[in-house]
Amino acid sequence: MIDIRDVSKSFTLHNQGGAVIRVMEGASLYVAPGECVALTGASGAGKSTLMRVIYGNYLAASGSVLVGGLDVVRAEPREILRLRREVLGYVSQFLRVVPRVPTVEVVAEPLLALGVDPEAARARAEVLLRRLNIPERLWSLSPTTFSGGEQQRVNIARGFAHAYPAMLLDEPTASLDAENRAVVLDLIAEAKARGAAIVGIFHDVEARMRVCDRVVDVSGFTPGAAA
Amino acid sequence: MSPLLRVAGIEKRYGARIGCTDVSFDLYPGEVMGIVGESGSGKSTLLNCLAGHLAPDAGQVIFDTRHMGPVDTVTMSEPERRMLSRTDWAFVHQHARDGLRMSVSAGGNIGERLMAVGDRHYGRIRAAALDWLDRVEIDGARIDDRPSAFSGGMQQRLQIARNLVTGPRLVFMDEPTGGLDVSVQARLLDLLRGLVRRMGLSAIIVTHDLAVVRLLADRLMVMKDGRVVESGLTDQVLDDPQHGYTQLLVSSVLQV
Repeated sequence: MIDIRDVSKSFTLHNQGGAVIRVMEGASLYVAPGECVALTGASGAGKSTLMRVIYGNYLAASGSVLVGGLDVVRAEPREILRLRREVLGYVSQFLRVVPRVPTVEVVAEPLLALGVDPEAARARAEVLLRRLNIPERLWSLSPTTFSGGEQQRVNIARGFAHAYPAMLLDEPTASLDAENRAVVLDLIAEAKARGAAIVGIFHDVEARMRVCDRVVDVSGFTPGAAA
Repeated sequence: MSPLLRVAGIEKRYGARIGCTDVSFDLYPGEVMGIVGESGSGKSTLLNCLAGHLAPDAGQVIFDTRHMGPVDTVTMSEPERRMLSRTDWAFVHQHARDGLRMSVSAGGNIGERLMAVGDRHYGRIRAAALDWLDRVEIDGARIDDRPSAFSGGMQQRLQIARNLVTGPRLVFMDEPTGGLDVSVQARLLDLLRGLVRRMGLSAIIVTHDLAVVRLLADRLMVMKDGRVVESGLTDQVLDDPQHGYTQLLVSSVLQV
């Protein structure tokens, strides 16, 4: 489902003397449907960079990133947008929303973008918000004023609203209490059971052991590391 | 799916000075494209060339019309272009007063657009006006008030209603949130996003506000000195800018 081959990534800082920072070389990774792979490595090793490259947020310098058959490195913006709508979900660490939009609509939005009936989308959003213990009195409010943990859970609810065949999870259990953490791990296990291919960053070792089938240390993709 | 708009080699000069040059892109149905750049980068000149307000010196703007298929709007006759701008296009100005008739009631401002495309049924026009006031969150009781009695945010929402009532397929927006309070901007962005999705609109939005394009635009074009220096997926261009100028632009934004 996710097939990364020989990907490299560098940043050219044009306003700082044209310095070129090579951050990744020879990154390859295959994730089968129903499989969850954890990216590990020290802070700065390139875990988030690889996730962003898979999502098309960072532009790879070379190599290919096939997600559901589409090469994200070479795809047109509209092809990547369709991929993100239909195939590839991403739960980031930060919630970025239009101010004023009620929480329940924030969560339902990925479904509305797919053309799901608004009533059905709202119902699905409510199920997820309830599971993630977001009090019902908050549903009609914008999440911009919520606590960090609440925003995180809204973000997760939104990320799991549509049954994406592929998912990227950036520390989905960070800053959650034991009860909500268990809910998130259940959601991940359910996604795997329906065949989703998942790549994630889990600093929470126990969570990683529970849901991940494999661990890939991205330090192996640091330029010069393999030599 | 074929593009709604194909822009090829657009150039506009002001004497020896370049307004914009060598601009080409395709816009597909339902896509929202942002154009960013500082003052004088040529983004408004480009928008006005695309919308038929300025005649470009070179290039084509091919629009996929409902009845005739793809037509170059640069070479079509003025009456044809004017009709297209009423039926298929909309233009949201930065200053609402440029897009509204300030001496005509709110309902009249909306109804006028419908009459311009041939609607003559008073009851139906008034009903459509009320429906649109509601959609842009203006109290229907204000239908007979003139826009001069409205706040800046309300005027902008009224301008949007006036523009969208005829069901256009392509909306040009020039700094639609410029000059509005931040809280009013957020409300307008929310409204625009909802309308774009529900109506399946394509839109081209010129702005210097990177936060606005991040929330509204699927794709982004960065202009400098009349040329496109970088284009791509909005979040990719903002988070991993490739061109030196874009890097400067992104790194110059104050973080809040």
